[in-house]
Amino acid sequence: MKSIKEINQKIREGNICVVTASEMKDLVSELGVEKAAKEVDVVTTGTFGAMCSSGVFMNFGHSDPPIRMQRVWLNDVEAYTGIAAVDAYLGVTQLSEKSEEYGGAHVIEELVRGKEVTLRAISKGTDCYPRKEIVTEISLEDINQAEMVNPRNAYQRYKAATNSSNQILRTYMGTLLPNFGNVSFAGCGEISPLNNDPDYRTIGVGTRIFLCGAKGYVIGEGSQHCPPYGTLMVKGNLKEMKPEFMRAAVFPGYGVTMYVGIGIPIPVLDAEMAKATAIRDEEIWTEIIDFGVARRERPVIKRVNYAELKSGKVEINGEEVRVSPLSSIYMAEKIMKELKRQIEAGEFFLSAPVERISKDCVLKPMRLKEVKLVRSVMTPAITVEPETSVEEASKIMIQKGINHIPVVKEGRLVGIITSWDVAKAVAMKKVGRVAEVMTRKVITTMPDEPVEIAARKMEKHDISALPVVDAKRRVVGMVTSEDLSKLLAR
Amino acid sequence: MMLQLKFDPKTVKKPIISLATLEASALLNIIRASVGPREGELVVEVEEGKAEKVVEVLKSYGVEVHSIKKAVERDEEKCVHCGACISICPVEAIGFDDEKRVVVNTTKCIHCGSCVNVCPMKALALP
Ligand code: SF4
Ligand code: SF4
Repeated sequence: MKSIKEINQKIREGNICVVTASEMKDLVSELGVEKAAKEVDVVTTGTFGAMCSSGVFMNFGHSDPPIRMQRVWLNDVEAYTGIAAVDAYLGVTQLSEKSEEYGGAHVIEELVRGKEVTLRAISKGTDCYPRKEIVTEISLEDINQAEMVNPRNAYQRYKAATNSSNQILRTYMGTLLPNFGNVSFAGCGEISPLNNDPDYRTIGVGTRIFLCGAKGYVIGEGSQHCPPYGTLMVKGNLKEMKPEFMRAAVFPGYGVTMYVGIGIPIPVLDAEMAKATAIRDEEIWTEIIDFGVARRERPVIKRVNYAELKSGKVEINGEEVRVSPLSSIYMAEKIMKELKRQIEAGEFFLSAPVERISKDCVLKPMRLKEVKLVRSVMTPAITVEPETSVEEASKIMIQKGINHIPVVKEGRLVGIITSWDVAKAVAMKKVGRVAEVMTRKVITTMPDEPVEIAARKMEKHDISALPVVDAKRRVVGMVTSEDLSKLLAR
Repeated sequence: MMLQLKFDPKTVKKPIISLATLEASALLNIIRASVGPREGELVVEVEEGKAEKVVEVLKSYGVEVHSIKKAVERDEEKCVHCGACISICPVEAIGFDDEKRVVVNTTKCIHCGSCVNVCPMKALALP
C-alpha cells in the first residue's frame, strides 16, 4: 500500500518510478501484479480526440464607459453571455456567422497561439452600463481570466460507427462510406485514462490532470457519464495551454469541434491498481452501431473490442471492412510521455480526489411529447404500372391534383413518375409508356419512420414527396413535403 | 503513370478519350473526372510503356496534358495522426507507421482526392 502523500514525497525526492500506460501492460505481464505494484508508483494515461463538449469562460474586463455585453462575438463566433456583464462562455462547436468552417474551437486555438481576435459586443444600455456597442481586438494576455471548462471529456470508450445505407454520411464520427464501406471509432482504449481506473478510485473530483499542456482538474463526472462509458468534467487555465496539445477541427458536412489532449496520472496505490492499469485493448468492449439509421436507438451491428478496432480491419457480414480511428494514439502517447517527464522532473504532483464520481449510469433519453411517425401523416397512394401510358399518368395527376405517382410492378415499387417527368416527356416528344420516363432510383420512407427523418430525406435529395413502403417494398402510402410542413410547423 | 488532362470548350465536346484509346491502342483508367459544358478535367492512369504515345495523341487533339508525379501531400504541421483518412482511401495507400504516425504510401496513391475531403485538420491536399 502506498498513499498519494508518499508518492508526492518520492516525486519531491526525485526517486519516483513513472511508466506510461503502454509500458505498464508489458511490465505487469513480466513482473506480475504484486511486484509491479511495488515497483511502479505512477502510470500516466492519455487521450487526444474530438471533444465537442468543451469551451472557455472568459472575463474581458470593463471598457470605459462600461458595457453589459448582451451579445458578444469573437471573430464572428458568438459566445454565451447570459451571465455577468463582461463574462462569456465560448463553446468549441459554435459556428462563425460568416463561415461554415470556422468556429469557437478556432478562436480558442488562435488565442492560445498568441493571436489577436476581434471582439464585438452589443447591449441595450443601462444606467450602470451605458455603452451600447464595442468593437476591439483582444489577445489572451488582455483577458482577465480564460478558463477552459469542459462539461464532457475523456470518454472511457465510445460506440464505433458504420453505415448500412447506400449513401455517404458525413457525421461527427467522420465520413462513413455507404454499404458498410468503413468503420470509425473514437477513444484510445487501453491507454485512455478512465479505462485504467474503471472503479474511479483515484480519478475523481479534484484530481490534478494534464489538460492541453496546462495543469487542470477533474471537477466532476461529465455529462452523459454512463459507466463503462464514463466521462469527465474538467477545467484548466487556457493561458497555460500549449497549441500542440489542442487543435480546432472541422468534420466535413458536420461541423466544428476541438481535439483536446488530456493526460491523467494514476497512482499505483496497491496491487488492485496495478491490475487495473494492466488492462488490454482485448478486454475493452464496445459496439459498432449503424448510422444508416438516423434514430436514437441505432441498430447494433456487432460487438468488438479495441484490439480489433485498432488492428485496422473488422469483419462485417463476412467481409473485411477497414477501420479509422478518430482519436490520435500518437498524440495520446506523446501526452503520456510528457506527463511522465513532468512528474519525474518534479513539476507535477498528484492529488487525491476529494469526492468520488458515480459508478452508476444515469442516461435518460429526452422525453418527447410524442414521436410523430410517417404512418400518421401519409395519404393513400395512387399508383400506376410501368406499362401505363404517360398520357394516362398525366391525366391522373391533374384529376387528383398530385405531382408524384409511384410506379409498381407486381405489387413492388419500381419507380416514380413526377409532373416534371411528364413535362419533360412532352417537351421531348417522348410521350410513350411510363417506364420510359420514370425515375428508377426512388428515395422512400417507411410507416414507422419519424417524420423528421422523412423530412430530412426530402431536404437532402431536394425532392417533395416520398413513397411509403413496407419491408417488401410494397407501396402503402405517400407523404409529401406539404403534409410534413403543416405538421412540423405546428 | 498518372496524367492530368484539361479540356477547353472546344475539346470538351469531342470523344477524345475514346480516340486516344483507339489511336494509341492503350487502356486508360479514369481516376477522377469533372466535366462541365465548357471545360473538363480528368485524371487518367496509363501503362508506362504507352504513356508517351497517349500524350502525343491527346496533345494532337488540343488537350492540355500534365503528368502527375507527386502523391497527395500531408502537412506535417497540421496532421494530428488521427487516422480519419485511413479507411477512406480506396487503394489502402494510407496507414500507420510503428509509432502510430500516419503515413501515405506515395507510390500507391492514385490521386482520387477522397482523403482530402475527410481530413478534419485540412492537412491533406492534391499538389
Ligand atoms: S485525417 Fe488528416 S489529421 Fe487525421 S491522420 Fe489523416 S491527414 Fe492527419
Ligand atoms: S488521394 Fe485517394 S488514393 Fe491518394 S491517399 Fe488520398 S484517398 Fe488514397
